[in-house]
Amino acid sequence: MKAHLSRRYHLSASHRLHSEAYDAERNREIFGKCNNPHGHGHNYTVQVTVSGEVDPETGMVCNLADLDAFAQTNLIDRFDHTNLNTLDCFQESVSTTENLSMAIYRIFRNFTAAHLERVHVEETSNNSFDYAGGADLSFI
Amino acid sequence: MILLTRKAEFSSAHFYWNDAWSAEENQRVFGRCANRNGHGHNYTLEVTVAGEVDPVSGFVVDLKQLKDILEREVVSVYDHRHLNLEVPEFAKTVPTTENIAIAIWRRLEGKIPNAKLHRVRVYEMPDLFADFYGEP
Repeated sequence: MKAHLSRRYHLSASHRLHSEAYDAERNREIFGKCNNPHGHGHNYTVQVTVSGEVDPETGMVCNLADLDAFAQTNLIDRFDHTNLNTLDCFQESVSTTENLSMAIYRIFRNFTAAHLERVHVEETSNNSFDYAGGADLSFI
Repeated sequence: MILLTRKAEFSSAHFYWNDAWSAEENQRVFGRCANRNGHGHNYTLEVTVAGEVDPVSGFVVDLKQLKDILEREVVSVYDHRHLNLEVPEFAKTVPTTENIAIAIWRRLEGKIPNAKLHRVRVYEMPDLFADFYGEP
C-alpha cells in the first residue's frame, strides 16, 4: 500500500529581493517594497510530502524521527534565523519563495528513506508555492 | 468531474508497538510513541470524493448524507476510543497516521453513493498528515 506523508516545519528568516542584473530603479520597479535595502522577514512554513510503501511491520512510510532529524540538520539549522541572501543557494538567484521552494526540494531529494513528492512553502498566510521537481536546479 | 471534501474530527488514544519485536526494538523504532500507557491526539479527517454535479440538485453528493456516513463508519468507531484496544483493524496493525488513512479508506470505499472516493487525508496534528489515494 502506497501512502503519502506530509510534515510541516517552521523557519523565520529575512531576505531582500534584488537582482544584480537590474539597476536600482529597475529593482525597485520589479520588486517594490521587497527591494528595501535593509531587508524584511517572514515566518515561513515548509510542508514536505514524501511517499512510499507503508512498511507492514512499522506501519510507516518512513520513520518520522528520521525525517525530522534530516529537516533539523539540513533545513532548520541552515535556514532558520538567517538572512536568506547570505546563504550559498541565493548567491546566484533571487531569494523569492519560488527559488526557496526549489532549493528546499533539492535538499530533501537527498532524504533517501522515502520518495520526495513535493515541497510546499508558505511565505505568508496568503502566499504559498509548490515545487514537485522537473526544473533545472543547477543555479540554486 | 468535481472534487468535494468533507472534514470530521475525532479524538483517540493509541501507542505504537509491534508484538514481533523486543521491547528494546519497539523503543528504538517508535521512541516515545511506544509508551504502553498510550497517548492521544485530536485527529482531523478530510475525505475527498469525486463525481459529477447533479444538474437538478447541484450536488456531487448530499453533504448531510456524507456527514452521516463519516459519523457512522468512522467517527462513532474511533472517537474517544483507544485505537489499539478498541478498534478491530488496529489489533494487529500499528495505528500510525498512514495506517489510519488506509483503514478509513477501507471503511468508506463503496459506501458513498454517486461519487468515487478520491483521497483520505488524516491529520494527527496540524503539522503532520497522511494521504491515501487507494493505490495498491
